[in-house]
Amino acid sequence: MRAPLLLELADDELVVGWRDSEWTGIAPTLEEDVAFSSIAQNEIGHARAAYELAARELGTTADELAFDRTPDDYRCAPLVELRLLEWAHAIARRWLYEQADHLRIETLMESDDAELAGLARKIDREEAYHRMHAELWAERLRDEWRFRDAVDELWPYALGMLPEALRPRLCERVGRGMTDTQGFERGSHTQELTELWDEMTSVRRTAPGAQW
Amino acid sequence: MVTAAQVWSALAELPDPELPVVSLVDLGVIRDVAVDGDRVHVELTPTFLGCPALDAMRRALELAIAGLGGEPDVEVVTGDAWTTDRITPVGREKLRLAGLAPPAGTPPSLVQLRSKAFRCPYCGSQETRLENIFGPTPCRSLRYCESCRQPFEQFKTL
Repeated sequence: MRAPLLLELADDELVVGWRDSEWTGIAPTLEEDVAFSSIAQNEIGHARAAYELAARELGTTADELAFDRTPDDYRCAPLVELRLLEWAHAIARRWLYEQADHLRIETLMESDDAELAGLARKIDREEAYHRMHAELWAERLRDEWRFRDAVDELWPYALGMLPEALRPRLCERVGRGMTDTQGFERGSHTQELTELWDEMTSVRRTAPGAQW
Repeated sequence: MVTAAQVWSALAELPDPELPVVSLVDLGVIRDVAVDGDRVHVELTPTFLGCPALDAMRRALELAIAGLGGEPDVEVVTGDAWTTDRITPVGREKLRLAGLAPPAGTPPSLVQLRSKAFRCPYCGSQETRLENIFGPTPCRSLRYCESCRQPFEQFKTL
């Protein structure tokens, strides 16, 4: 039963892509407008591929999984739900998310399930460019207090995204210690998810069951 | 009755919707063609998973196959099916002539992206710098040539 795992991945990627797309048109430079839009497009593309695999197993469609569930049914982590329209926070999330996502994808690439491992390899090739983008920014903002504060604030969320077994490796990669993750774990949701869901599904809900 | 060779030649005429200088065959996104009676099964693989041109490609394939009198059956294959190694030598040359630097052999590290390892498709100089990892489509980065002062698009290596 791989659907729960696929839905965690797909929901994270859909929601983080949705949040990244909020920077389209308001990023501090045109180049970052392009970068965030492109990253958002890739993340939503990964979500679509993972939903399609899950949909086959669950006897439904990718669109139904993406848009026809209630907010409580989503399996995304609180990290991706937050509305972060402040640049230091947006970069801190991109950086932490890519580090945690990389660990997850590496694990999936080792899967005995050839289809899952193949999808993970494909996603990883694309994510390599997201990681480089995040790294460039983290390097540039390293000594900026707003960025450091944002990373401190989002760190428990980043840990909460991963299963416990992978957390020590995340600590190692980002050079930080373990911390209390209560309230930031996957499985709990923020109010921001409900607001996002309301907007994300608003057009589809105007015509339930329609062929778009 | 339509043959696989006829199908391949018809598909070699279909331009990529976003990079019309290359065909879908040049780009390596056609994985396989199998003919069984009238039925023509084609395996199509996206370059990037989020490629918005996928549906347009599928429709173009279906029309081309129907034009040959075949019954199209297009299957989209995700998974680890496409890398930039699948772009044919002819495809790479067409990209270069259109001012799009073809992908490097192996996926670059950040250090390499920021080094002078990439060649300008216009003047051949390696005095080029990274402008943006992301470009007009997910598969391209933007670079700038210090020698001929020309910005250009660099195909990403996947």
